[in-house]
Amino acid sequence: MKTINTCAEFLAYALAIEEEATERYTVFAEQMETTNNPEVAALFREMARLESEHAHRLEVAAEGESLPAIDPWELDFGDEDPPEAVDYSATHYLMTPYQALTLVLKAEQRAVDFFQRVAEGNGNDDMKQLAAEYAAEEREHVEKVAKWRNRYPPPDDNWDDDPDPPNELE
Amino acid sequence: MDQTSTSTAALKPKDYKSDTKPVWCPGCGDFSVLSAFTKAMAAMQLDPERVVVISGIGCSSRIPAYLNVYGFHAVHGRALPVGIGLKITRPDLTVMVAGGDGDGFSIGGNHFMQACRRNVDMTYVVMDNQVYGMTKGQASPTTEPDWERGKLTPHGTRINPFYPLVIALASGANFIARASSNDPNGAARVITEAVQHPGFSFVQILSPCITFRPEQRDWKKIVHPAPVVATADPAVAARRLMTDDNFFIGTLFKGERVPFTPEFEPRAESAHELETAFRMSA
Ligand SMILES: Cc1ncc(C[n+]2csc(CCOP(=O)(O)OP(=O)(O)O)c2C)c(N)n1
Ligand code: SF4
Repeated sequence: MKTINTCAEFLAYALAIEEEATERYTVFAEQMETTNNPEVAALFREMARLESEHAHRLEVAAEGESLPAIDPWELDFGDEDPPEAVDYSATHYLMTPYQALTLVLKAEQRAVDFFQRVAEGNGNDDMKQLAAEYAAEEREHVEKVAKWRNRYPPPDDNWDDDPDPPNELE
Repeated sequence: MDQTSTSTAALKPKDYKSDTKPVWCPGCGDFSVLSAFTKAMAAMQLDPERVVVISGIGCSSRIPAYLNVYGFHAVHGRALPVGIGLKITRPDLTVMVAGGDGDGFSIGGNHFMQACRRNVDMTYVVMDNQVYGMTKGQASPTTEPDWERGKLTPHGTRINPFYPLVIALASGANFIARASSNDPNGAARVITEAVQHPGFSFVQILSPCITFRPEQRDWKKIVHPAPVVATADPAVAARRLMTDDNFFIGTLFKGERVPFTPEFEPRAESAHELETAFRMSA
């Protein structure tokens, strides 16, 4: 993974991460609204709202600062998927809240790991301090999402059975 | 690295998205391709009023409706001629054509070859899922010959698949690349390069149809970056394609073929002059 050296560089990364997460949760909420899975749709909407709040907070924190303009493909997360972003291929129209929150949980955990790696990396001390604060905040999110998920039962074996599937092959 | 102030009103990827909610199946690769389009447009800071995305028919061909730029949903397989006509008459616009493997390589297959030959400065993105998704899962030209889940081909097509990169190179495309919907950022980079390269650019994006080809979810584990940089030499590109396993990701060819630009100056001043030019000698 590329070394992040300065606070400005770190903020540019953090902003890109939060914006990507907002975008994906919005897409997933729309998917669930379109395919009539309102409970999971509401959950993804809530995640999109939270992530966009974080992005906004970052924008305020960075106001007036000169952040480096990093093209999305220049963001270097090592071999990992972007932290905090659930894979586009991971959703299913019949998914349950438990499954959705499991995806969220993994994404949040990747964010903790990423910020922690940066905090332990080679950048300047101010930046490492900032990254450690973000890692701590993300750790709180992981705990909250885990509690949130506990409210729902895990899916049963037939969770994706659909007697009238929208797209049937057989 | 460029510096940007957070207060500048640069366009963000979301500014290139329309308010129309996609009706694709959750999990479809095309969601990621849509994201790649918006990221590429934002990276280039394209003026949305000067971009046109033209498509044919298919799930993937719905993409213009989801973008906040000009769009045209053409007839099945006929998006490329519409795009060529537009770019020739309005060279100031950024013209992009998008669609599926059925649209582009079956009914539109000949247009694909002719568009490569003509080499007009535009970009063609094919979301390849090796199936007709919209019409519920028939084999397409890129389907493997032994795929037996298609209702019309229960014993497989048993015919050789079409190799779009080979055809593009042989027919004269000036930029040829493959990307994967599993990496929307990487796909955005390839789309950006394709738009910026002069002439006809062809980008194949492996984009799973999770409904009719659920096994394509495994593409994520199979795709791998090509360990080479793009070449401008068609012979080198052709040799590389001989060992392509269809899952190499990256830019294969960045050619120096001169893009086609039509002459708008009249060749004749009068009908009589024209008649003379076309007169058949006895
Ligand atoms: C002239 C004509 N012939 C056939 C069709 C039916 N048809 C609609 S979409 C399609 C194939 C779409 O496959 P592809 O381009 O691979 O797109 P996907 O849906 O997989 O994204 C066909 C055959 C049509 N709409 N018009
Ligand atoms: S049928 Fe296939 S190609 Fe069409 S939207 Fe669904 S997953 Fe995508």
